[in-house]
Amino acid sequence: MREAALGNSGMNGETSDKALGAPVLEGRDLARYYAISRGPFKPTATVRALNGVSFSLHSGRTLAVVGESGCGKSTLARLVTMIEDPTAGELLIDGKPARVGDRSLRSLVQIVFQNPYGSLNPRQKVGTILDEPLRINTKDDAATRRAKVEEMMQKVGLRPEHYDRYPHMFSGGQRQRIAIARALMLRPKVLVLDEPVSALDLSIQAQVLNLLMDLQKEMGLAYLFISHGLSVVRHIADDIMVMYLGRPVETGTSEAVFSDPQHPYTAALLSATPVANPQGRRQRIALQGELPSPLKPPSGCPFNPRCWRATDQCREIMPALAGDAAQQFACYHPLGEKAPSPPSA
Amino acid sequence: MAVSETKTAAPPSGLAEFWFYFSRNRGAVLGLVIFLVILCLAIAAPVVAPHSPTEQNRAVLLLPPAFAAGGQLTYLLGTDPVGRDILSRLIYGARFSLFIGLVVVSLSVVSGVLVGLIAGYFRGRIDTAIMRVMDIVLAFPSLLLALVLVAVLGPGLLNAMIAISLVNLPHFVRLTRASVMTERTKDYVIGSQVAGAGTMRLMFLTILPNCLAPLIVQATLAFSAAILDAAALGFLGMGAQPPTPEWGTMLAEAREFIQRAWWVVTFPGLAILITVLAINLMGDGLRDALDPKLKRS
Repeated sequence: MREAALGNSGMNGETSDKALGAPVLEGRDLARYYAISRGPFKPTATVRALNGVSFSLHSGRTLAVVGESGCGKSTLARLVTMIEDPTAGELLIDGKPARVGDRSLRSLVQIVFQNPYGSLNPRQKVGTILDEPLRINTKDDAATRRAKVEEMMQKVGLRPEHYDRYPHMFSGGQRQRIAIARALMLRPKVLVLDEPVSALDLSIQAQVLNLLMDLQKEMGLAYLFISHGLSVVRHIADDIMVMYLGRPVETGTSEAVFSDPQHPYTAALLSATPVANPQGRRQRIALQGELPSPLKPPSGCPFNPRCWRATDQCREIMPALAGDAAQQFACYHPLGEKAPSPPSA
Repeated sequence: MAVSETKTAAPPSGLAEFWFYFSRNRGAVLGLVIFLVILCLAIAAPVVAPHSPTEQNRAVLLLPPAFAAGGQLTYLLGTDPVGRDILSRLIYGARFSLFIGLVVVSLSVVSGVLVGLIAGYFRGRIDTAIMRVMDIVLAFPSLLLALVLVAVLGPGLLNAMIAISLVNLPHFVRLTRASVMTERTKDYVIGSQVAGAGTMRLMFLTILPNCLAPLIVQATLAFSAAILDAAALGFLGMGAQPPTPEWGTMLAEAREFIQRAWWVVTFPGLAILITVLAINLMGDGLRDALDPKLKRS
């Protein structure tokens, strides 16, 4: 399913757009700011949770959004699923601009959450949970809906007798299957997967990932896969967007980013991913410090306080995304150049 | 269908399932039985009661109960200072007590849940405005506020019920609001929202059922508290007016005879105690039966 050979980053590729058709989901300079109150006598502060993210996603492909907590991944998910409107920028679903309250585009983007214990209504039976999207959005009668629900249950690997059971009677993996089935009931074109396997056992993770990949092939779904773990991403993603403090720092095809990371942050993330190979000792890059507060982002490149290659230039001016169709990065000192070696752990 | 052969048992209906879980709690069943007995007595009062509740028999003032020395079998629980049969008055009084509980709880639950749901769902200014009003209501001692309200509206059973409902309201509003606020941000609500559920569906079908467990317990407690409050208002002369056989009013009338005739205060007091206890037990079982998380697969 990985078509890295097509060389589509989806980021700027006019050529790849022609090869794959129009993107089913496109973000143009998406930004989302939150005003937070700091007390009764202070002016409200602005958190720039998402600060200029552009991407495009084609049917049948998977874009992974990677970054540590607080980098804006979940905010991106909230924008894409039309729970919130972006503060700036434009979100196009199926080529049409999306706004909260626009019901016509609602059913095209659905979401699967990280925690399958909180994402299913504990008072509804599995059948009711799966039936609800149809009941809201279609005019089908009860028998048709039931048939559709049972078809979808079979598709995600649930048995018909599960129809009348409550979510708490299932294990985490089965619950995630229910959550996936609910998200697919409306036949969406885009599925936002917000760390769908990170709450599951390792053995179950593989099952759910394989199910997701099978479903993608079968239904031609586009996945926006949000994750902080790169090992899972390597398994499923076609394209990768690495985010830091609300901005993409490196984007590109999965192959290019994994084999030849350019941004120091990407390299640090990659070096933190465990590899099941006792002989293959690698140099681990140890990052210093914490993620800066999005209330007071550092000037220049947001990564500069933690970067071992930072220069005065990095501290003053924000680097822009640059590169070719396969890989783009926002860094003045990409790792391809000769540069001081990273601190080892 | 071929499936029918493998199907061993049809899934139980909602009511059967409810009863299965409810009946596991012995205390709840006991509470339900006592409550049903009281309910039947209240409904069939004219048939069951041996005397009229207001008929005064001057020959038997302050007659002790039948099992005590000097009692008569025709007056099983004795008579009050004006010669009315206490048992009959208690049976008729059950009608008032249950009616008060029902009306007060319905009034305060419906309005409280509605207001709390609006406050918790929409947040912001509307929430602040509602909660400050509720804080003001809560700042008064509840019985005092009820007394003031009754004084404004005029004494009587109906006005007492309205007053008690208003006094009870903030508890329901706060409880609902708190539950709604925790449920509102949960993933399943957002999932429903993404699936296209509108505000009404989210509020009443997605969120509200998940807030019910504490509300049911609070409602049963409020049911008994309403009976107590009505009795207190009656005791203070602001509730049901004589000769209405309301339990609290009966207690008030018998106050001066506590030393001489224990039965005039004991039996209405016991009636209140047993009813309140039964309802509380029932509420506990109701919560267990209605919470799917406590169910076994």
